[in-house]
Amino acid sequence: MTHTPLLELKGVTKSFGAVAALVDADLSLDAGSIHAVIGENGAGKSTLVKIIGGLYRRDNGEFLMEGTSVDFQNTHEAKAAGISVIYQEPTLFPDLSVAENLFVGRQPYTRLGFLDRARMRRETRELTLRLGVPIDPDREARGLSIADQQVVEIAKSISVGAKVIIMDEPTAALSGIEVERLMGIARQLRDEGKGIIFISHRFDEVFALCDVLTVMRDGSYVATNQTAEVTEDEIIRQMVGRSVENLFPKEVAEIGDAVLEVENLTSVGVFEDVSFTVRAGEIVCFAGLVGAGRSEIARAVFGVDGYDSGAVRLGGAKVPRKNPAAAMRLGMGFVPEDRRKQGLAMTAGVQTNITMAIRNRLARFGIITSTLEEPSARNWAARLHVKTNALDTEAQMLSGGNQQKVVLGKWLATEPSFLIVDEPTRGIDVGTKAEVHRLLSELAGNGVALLMISSELPEVLGMADRVLVVREGRITAEFSREAATPENVMYAATHAPEVAA
Amino acid sequence: MTTTLKLPPTETGRSMFGKIIRAREVSLIVLIIALVAVTTAIQPSFLFSDGGFRELLRQPTILILIALGQAIVIITRNIDLSVGSILCLCTYLSGWLFANVPGIPIPVVVVIGILLGAFLGLINGLLVAFLKVPSLVITLGTLYAYRGIAILWIGPHFIRSSWLPPEYREIGTMQFFGIPVLLMIVAIVVLLVAWFMTSRRAGRNLYALGSNPEAATLFGLSERRLTLNAFVTSGALAGLGGLVYLSIYATGDAKVGTGYELESVAAAVVGGVAIIGGSGTIWGVALGAFFLATISSALPVLGVPSLWQQSIVGIFIVGAIVLDRLMFLNRTRQAKRKGQSL
Repeated sequence: MTHTPLLELKGVTKSFGAVAALVDADLSLDAGSIHAVIGENGAGKSTLVKIIGGLYRRDNGEFLMEGTSVDFQNTHEAKAAGISVIYQEPTLFPDLSVAENLFVGRQPYTRLGFLDRARMRRETRELTLRLGVPIDPDREARGLSIADQQVVEIAKSISVGAKVIIMDEPTAALSGIEVERLMGIARQLRDEGKGIIFISHRFDEVFALCDVLTVMRDGSYVATNQTAEVTEDEIIRQMVGRSVENLFPKEVAEIGDAVLEVENLTSVGVFEDVSFTVRAGEIVCFAGLVGAGRSEIARAVFGVDGYDSGAVRLGGAKVPRKNPAAAMRLGMGFVPEDRRKQGLAMTAGVQTNITMAIRNRLARFGIITSTLEEPSARNWAARLHVKTNALDTEAQMLSGGNQQKVVLGKWLATEPSFLIVDEPTRGIDVGTKAEVHRLLSELAGNGVALLMISSELPEVLGMADRVLVVREGRITAEFSREAATPENVMYAATHAPEVAA
Repeated sequence: MTTTLKLPPTETGRSMFGKIIRAREVSLIVLIIALVAVTTAIQPSFLFSDGGFRELLRQPTILILIALGQAIVIITRNIDLSVGSILCLCTYLSGWLFANVPGIPIPVVVVIGILLGAFLGLINGLLVAFLKVPSLVITLGTLYAYRGIAILWIGPHFIRSSWLPPEYREIGTMQFFGIPVLLMIVAIVVLLVAWFMTSRRAGRNLYALGSNPEAATLFGLSERRLTLNAFVTSGALAGLGGLVYLSIYATGDAKVGTGYELESVAAAVVGGVAIIGGSGTIWGVALGAFFLATISSALPVLGVPSLWQQSIVGIFIVGAIVLDRLMFLNRTRQAKRKGQSL
């Protein structure tokens, strides 16, 4: 007995420049099943989705829809072939009504040449009711909750007759009830014979919902398992199965007194009751999934965002709430996650960027000149090995790795006693990565307290003296360097703590 | 677990009424009536004189046309600052054709005038769509470039009414049942544009593009083509505006149309078009233009010093924007609450 899968990928590869995002990816989706694709951040899940959805074109490999080879040039062709992608943050038109969002580009006309709004309204009402989530067809899409936006997107894909529905981390921004609701919808669609690809980090959801689990790691296919025949431990092993020893040698530093003390920090709905300390010479890592609230905690500690209760102390002194300038004066630095948007003045030169946070100190009589900036900028650029011929090169012309070094240089120039680095090596090539790690390690050696946020498990395990796992806005586990293993960190990041509140 | 089914919150009578009251169109109509009433009370000849009523209805037509085009462009998250200059070139070309091509039929001139506008709009559109330069910069450039061409070409000359065939000048003064024919023509244009923008896919796509460009691209809508469409339409409407100008004033020099670029933006904004694109109705824009044009003719009659007139227009623009913002915030808050209760 042979059967043709609804959708099949074999040996698909995709590279961006020198970076291979997908190597040899396989996937086989049957109609009437829910297929989970899981893997760490950067495992290639999103690239895979984008290839299926027509946003990227594969470099190599086979891509079959119901047994016929396809090669989508754009999202339109993928859609026409019956593929529909629901993104984590749906892309609706906020000014248009819900009904119109469902029918954009294919609105029905009346015989008189007007839009058949009555029909659009009726069909929208029917579709959303069928999904169990009635949404007023006449309201504008602006202000819909993310869960409802997803429902609108799903309704849209049903109404265009999608056969394959891909949900790309749909539950990341949903509340518990909304997740239940979405899972109900997914099951309903499965029973109607659609093939669903479900991408999620949360094991409980994946195991509760999906029939088949495909694990990816480092851009390639690892294994496909029947949910009924596999345990969570096996999946975790498949996800992290690689050696992380000696990848990032953190040098041993003398660990001193507590520099940063955070007590019961709470921001309602974002994070709750977060307490931790970071000592001089210590690197503490926040591990966890994207969206767990790690960056939010860091932003609140530094004062970019406010918080509702709790306290932050640096070197014994209270850090005022929501006042980054005061935090900087006390010796805190913050290298943000998105260096392009938050860390660099892209059109300014390297020199200006490096001295940006210390301009007041360098300025003479309130005036800053290039001559005043230069020694400091030259010093830091050299120490960080920023590869640029001239200090006036615009930051946007630099590679990602060099940009990151400039941002680091900017904060190191302030000589902080405590530094937060958020995803310091995202989008950086391997060589530069090692250099950034060496730098961080050197900093710790000089007695700086470091809080690093990273979604890459090997990086966390290689760099951290202590690992704090953040899950849904809470610190749910703490491991010393010796105790931390890929398995137990991943387990803590994906599972609710045993002691339920 | 299944979610309990709740009927979608339907628009109750109360909120329907609220919607109507809040609609920009209604408040503009009220404002226009109030303005005319107050002005007439103080100076009866504003309305009750030979030309008063006609002037009241005829004079806003040019701004209405230009504002329509401007609104379409703004809805796509762009702006067209060159409309005044386009109007000037189209006005003069049409006058020049009447003078230099004896016996040229009026419809031919009308078509050529509109085509010139569309062509100049096409240049704007091509530059914006293909160079990906913000339209503010491009059309600021063509504002000067087109005006420069006009100055080079026209020099110190001006259109004389003797150039124009008498039938053409009559269009400007003709009335049916007391309503100027020009207003009827413009009303038909408003109807067509409104129908296109509210009831044709192509029009809805313009709103979609302005509402969320990334989503539009992801959706397979061609940003380039939509942008081109918007600018060509704006240029063509400015061309038609030039023809209307010619029929009303029967004259025109190299300075014609100066100031329309900003007045049309003002009309669109006062009419409820969000400057960030994606929303606003054609009815609102037409009324906004009518209102602004009426203010500028009413204020002198009311004895407001000309120095103050611009400030008053400015107050309405700022007022409209503040009102929009407040309503937007309020709506978003309500929508959120609604969303959560679901």
